[in-house]
Amino acid sequence: MKKILIAGWLLLSAVLTYAQATISPAKPQSHLIIITGATIHIGNGQVISNGYIAFDKGKITAIGEGAAPNTSRAEIINATGKQVYPGFICPVTTLGLIEVEEGARGTEDNSETGTLNPNVRSIVAYNTDSKVIPTVRSNGILLAQPTPDGGILSGQSSVVQLDAWNWEDAAYKTDIALHLTWPVIRTGGRRRPPAAAGAGQETPEETKQKALDGIENLFTQAKAYSEIQPAVINLRFEAMKGLFTGTKKLFINADGAREIIEAVNFAKKLGMQAVIVGGKESYLVTNILKQNNVPVIIRETQTLPARDEDDVYLPYKLPKILQDAGVLYGLTGIGFWRQRNLPFEAGQAVSYGLTKEQALSMITMNNAKILGIDKTTGTLETGKDANLFISGGDALDMITLDVQAAFIQGRNINLDNLHKELYKKYVDKYGLKAE
Amino acid sequence: MKKLLLYCFAVLVCKIASAQETFPVNGVQDIRPGLYAFTNATIVISPDQSIKNGTLLVKDRLIETVGPGVSIPKGYIVVDLKGKYIYPGLIDAYTTYGLPEAPRAALGSFTRGAVTPVSTKPGAYGWNESIKPEMNVRSIFHADATKSVDLKKNGFGAVQSLIHDGIARGTSLVVTLGDERDNFVILSDEAAANYSFSKGTAATNYPSSLMGSIALLRQTYLDGQWYKTQKEEVNLSLAEFNREQTLPQIFEAADPLNVLRADKIAKEFGKQYIFKTDGQEYRRLDAMKATGSSFIIPLTFPEAFDVEDPLQARTISYEQLKDWELAPNNPALLEKAGIRFAITSYGLTNARDFWTNLRTAMDHGLSEKQALRSLTEIPAEMLGVADKIGTLEKGKMANFIITSDSLFKKDNIIYENWIEGRQYIVSRVEAANLAGVYNLAGDGLAGIILRVTGKPGAYELNVQRTGADSVRARGTFTRTGDMINLYFDLKNKPAGSIRLSGYISSVSPITLYGNAVLPDGTATNWTATYTGPPVLTPDRTVVAKPNLTAGPVMYPFAAYGNTELPTVENTLFKNATVWTNEKDGILKNTDVLIENGKIKAIGKNLPAGNAKVIDATGKHITAGIVDEHSHIAVTGGVNEGTQAVTSEVRIGDVLDSEDINLYRQLAGGVTTSHILHGSANPIGGQTMLIKHRWGVLPEQMKFEGADGFIKFALGENVKQSNWNLTPGPNTRFPQTRMGVEQVYVDAFNRAKEYKAARAVKGNHVRRDLELDALVEILDNKRFITCHSYVQSELNMLMHVADSMGFHINTFTHVLEGYKVADKMKARNIAGSTFSDWWAYKMEVGDAIPYNGKIMNEMGVVTAFNSDDEEMARRLNQEAGKGVTYGHMSEEEALKLVTLNPAKMLHVDNRVGSLKPGKDADLVVWSADPLSIYAVAEKTYVDGIPYWDIEKDAAKQKALKADEGRIIQKMIEAKNKGEATQRPAAGGRRRPSYECDTIEDGAYVVADSYNGMLNK
Repeated sequence: MKKILIAGWLLLSAVLTYAQATISPAKPQSHLIIITGATIHIGNGQVISNGYIAFDKGKITAIGEGAAPNTSRAEIINATGKQVYPGFICPVTTLGLIEVEEGARGTEDNSETGTLNPNVRSIVAYNTDSKVIPTVRSNGILLAQPTPDGGILSGQSSVVQLDAWNWEDAAYKTDIALHLTWPVIRTGGRRRPPAAAGAGQETPEETKQKALDGIENLFTQAKAYSEIQPAVINLRFEAMKGLFTGTKKLFINADGAREIIEAVNFAKKLGMQAVIVGGKESYLVTNILKQNNVPVIIRETQTLPARDEDDVYLPYKLPKILQDAGVLYGLTGIGFWRQRNLPFEAGQAVSYGLTKEQALSMITMNNAKILGIDKTTGTLETGKDANLFISGGDALDMITLDVQAAFIQGRNINLDNLHKELYKKYVDKYGLKAE
Repeated sequence: MKKLLLYCFAVLVCKIASAQETFPVNGVQDIRPGLYAFTNATIVISPDQSIKNGTLLVKDRLIETVGPGVSIPKGYIVVDLKGKYIYPGLIDAYTTYGLPEAPRAALGSFTRGAVTPVSTKPGAYGWNESIKPEMNVRSIFHADATKSVDLKKNGFGAVQSLIHDGIARGTSLVVTLGDERDNFVILSDEAAANYSFSKGTAATNYPSSLMGSIALLRQTYLDGQWYKTQKEEVNLSLAEFNREQTLPQIFEAADPLNVLRADKIAKEFGKQYIFKTDGQEYRRLDAMKATGSSFIIPLTFPEAFDVEDPLQARTISYEQLKDWELAPNNPALLEKAGIRFAITSYGLTNARDFWTNLRTAMDHGLSEKQALRSLTEIPAEMLGVADKIGTLEKGKMANFIITSDSLFKKDNIIYENWIEGRQYIVSRVEAANLAGVYNLAGDGLAGIILRVTGKPGAYELNVQRTGADSVRARGTFTRTGDMINLYFDLKNKPAGSIRLSGYISSVSPITLYGNAVLPDGTATNWTATYTGPPVLTPDRTVVAKPNLTAGPVMYPFAAYGNTELPTVENTLFKNATVWTNEKDGILKNTDVLIENGKIKAIGKNLPAGNAKVIDATGKHITAGIVDEHSHIAVTGGVNEGTQAVTSEVRIGDVLDSEDINLYRQLAGGVTTSHILHGSANPIGGQTMLIKHRWGVLPEQMKFEGADGFIKFALGENVKQSNWNLTPGPNTRFPQTRMGVEQVYVDAFNRAKEYKAARAVKGNHVRRDLELDALVEILDNKRFITCHSYVQSELNMLMHVADSMGFHINTFTHVLEGYKVADKMKARNIAGSTFSDWWAYKMEVGDAIPYNGKIMNEMGVVTAFNSDDEEMARRLNQEAGKGVTYGHMSEEEALKLVTLNPAKMLHVDNRVGSLKPGKDADLVVWSADPLSIYAVAEKTYVDGIPYWDIEKDAAKQKALKADEGRIIQKMIEAKNKGEATQRPAAGGRRRPSYECDTIEDGAYVVADSYNGMLNK
């Protein structure tokens, strides 16, 4: 029986003070590990204080209160006074698809040219060697859904775990969803007043209708195609088959109440499983979402209200409104590097109505359900993957988040990252004391 | 002497008396006397004087006599205006009449990155095309009979005509609307000098922002002064600018805040502008009055919105709703406030709306007297032509209108508009209203009664025969001058149309006489004799009195504005956890007393005295948050990036007190923000430190007595590296970090030379606002905050500063500050950084969230800033990340967003910590302020509770109720048939100036400078 005291990441980095290139993926779990004495957040709302969790060969084998059962041969991690959480899941992100947001087009693989690209797949562009990924997972985010964007039908996404040699290793569940951006009526902008429609010129409504017609046409044809053995292969329609057989979900980017209604009805008509992404005005249409079992992935809580007239704190309150309305909701954030703030985006909702455990569910269980990976992850339950981490304190709050150890499928992952390395480098230069 | 029924002289008009001294005549000369006597009219000589049964004698172009009992000499054409009115011709103080359409090509041709640094206009003019005082309307004006029609129909006889393009727009004219040779219509060939903040069609890149426009105008005043004293160059623009200073100065400024901005410049240079606005003075009426200016206001009242679709109606802003309700009150409110104003028809999409809207304004309380004054006397005085037009006095121009009734009555008809003694017919004047009941007489017409109803121009005819063959029929009745045509079909005895033509043979009683053709073709004479007025059917067009009550104005004019500004509340907060940021550290169970806007005492069991007591048990109190790097509350663009050095532009000139983010950030505990110019150029503009005083005027937001700062910038933004430009000669210098260094070296060399020259030659050296600001830096009177990222450029600027002898106060963003923290410390340079931003561009590839921690540890004064209107409202959480990354103590972490930024902004004697004597800028938090769970429950600025979470709930409720009320009113208005407009999604919100730049079409055309990343 080996006892390890987790003394914080610095212990790790002191050992592993190498360059980024040597932050290697962890080896498969070789022996039973039991974390004891911890406050364990299951992810489904339940909390076990002074609990244990055991996992072996990548799977959770036992979880409960008090002393762990037979612990011989096991590696025991004493986490007394610490918190154990399911790994956070970051849906709809460009993590691993972009390395530098602007000025380095060579690092951008999120947005294909053209408007209808259902056949392109994000998984093959997912860069496991991104320097950004370690900075995100060291805040507890262990799974992500790298997602294409741009155009109208942007492509397919997969779920990856964030500790891998290459995308094949990373793949957690591939090609799970297609991503559609619902058209909006564009009547001018802040800069220019709407142009008066001249003779033969499209009104904004007509422009939108045209886009809608195009979408409806494509999906109707794709559905018909899915029912036959075509003589000629159509890659677009092939990619869309799963939407009608139930193996793929349709993630629809829509923020406005009108767009959400239209999108939900559209998916219903064609028998597709829809997920609304964005959902700024979802609070206005909770009925239709609930009736049709359409979940929402809230884009951000830490954002401004869309309208000056809105409640100053409306985005903070949105999760609570959906919670009360019985709508399944998850949460993501903007972009890729910012995803390390996912726990705070969730925590933000707590003082505006959610309980802490509900906020946690939002980025664990709920996200897993929406992504269709809840059978294997999202909560800490026996039989599920050991995707979890130990934090010194409350992981949803910046003053207490302190990820000291993290496990993906039972593998004890390296929590070092570029930022810690540079910190160390300059702490050394100046002879400071790192804490 | 011949007596006429008033009739048309129009055929004469262009022939009368127009022999021009210097022009040769083809044929025989044709000079006519042009003598008219208008009698028996009610003559409104001026708003203050009118006479009944008066006579107006016109001799050629002028009024010869006006008064009661005037005897009419021989040779006068007498026009009997019994029952009618004569008013002075109206004057429109703001038009572009007689001018070619402003060319817009320059706008379209401007492409991103294209460089037109100085004017390409040939001639000895100034450097910037938007300053064109050399433009004179008199040299391009041409009378335009077609364009004048609408104006004349509305009763205008004279207008100011100006060039609606550019910042200094040159001189305008006052012209009559006569259809004559241009030489005759000009009343004043240089009426006023005109200005605006809009660069218009100028191709010169600069200015691209409102603050650039303001800086350019300010510099132009100085250049004008300098030009008088120099002999080196001829600059026709400046010469003209100087010459025009004696004229009335008219400034087009859309909204009250722009009026205040312009008025500030006016006061700096001892000027008084007359403001042409968009008519929103009600938003800040007191401030408008305080300018002491006169105004020219339009009647462009917004149309109601289509609000039936509640989802679509959500795109309508509260301001739009309020504007719709309040705008028609504007003229009356100005009158009530005693502000002098003229009314213009400028800006109306349809000229026909002029009278409708004027009457709407009068329904809302504008008096007839004021309306007339604003359309006659006042514009005449404003434009310096009161000796010629504006009233009907002897010797003035014979510019007058003849109306059926009091000019402002709803059913009044303007019959004729006389301009310079020439008649222009608006509606055919009729001897009398022919409405009435007539007995028709004539062979086969006996027993028929004609009922003529309606109004001149739109008569309706009903025909009735009584007796055995009684019958009723409708007919048609038209009048052309004194000629009458009518026809009707009695269907029976006889069947078929009876057609009558004739003329008015007598007016007392009205008798019509003429020939009739019966259905069988027989002709006969007829006479119709007036027997009495028609029995009036109730007028269905009369609608219920409109609902004129308007809700209150809110300050600022935005959602969550205050109907009453909050005031100082002396308050004792009991039993809180107090984060002093002073030696005492964090005090538990402690009281804070604020009094008269200052912190009075901190301690245990403080006596309340007269102060309001708030139980703060379980709460945390901190100093208000200070954001070192913000771009909120700015309008008209945050970047003047058209030149590498724009130290003359000032954010303080373009503060926007109506930005909702001021309020939203109060809700996040922010009380002081440093508003910066963007990062588009190495030396940007002067910054402004403000307090979040929600509701006050822009000038009152400024942090009193704070040191002046200026924005510098390094790296990718200034070298435009993310603009996708093709490097080449047609790009603005610099495009590399090498060039950036040279910009600084050059600028400070010039500044030193300038300073030395001014020291010797004084004002003979042209005062240069750009160099003034740099000299202030050299003299330690202005302080630098420099947008910066990588260590190479940080080192470069430190090196330049060392060698040129200036101090860098702050590196802002400074994401690689941790790499040069020792050097910053050695030079006493502060670092204001992001807590955890990185990877958004190449130069932030080495940014780490431990940056703040290392700099702080190294003794650099360190802050976390937002540069983002969202993040700014949770800077407390960003400070909390100082704990996440590097485990700073909570006490030290809070200082990153309070005391430390206050120090680097040199206001730590006023704000940043809780200490008796300091400003009562504080926040009451629900929990540990660094925690994600902390809510700012109350935020005080100067002891005034500008944010209170409970009051906000009440405000939300009131806002919804007021929106609902106005929307109901809009539905009523639509049901009554008022014109409506569609809500335009996205057509209203202010641009966000964090990554985004510039805009507000009114001033800025150089859109290509928009969208510059600032981070």
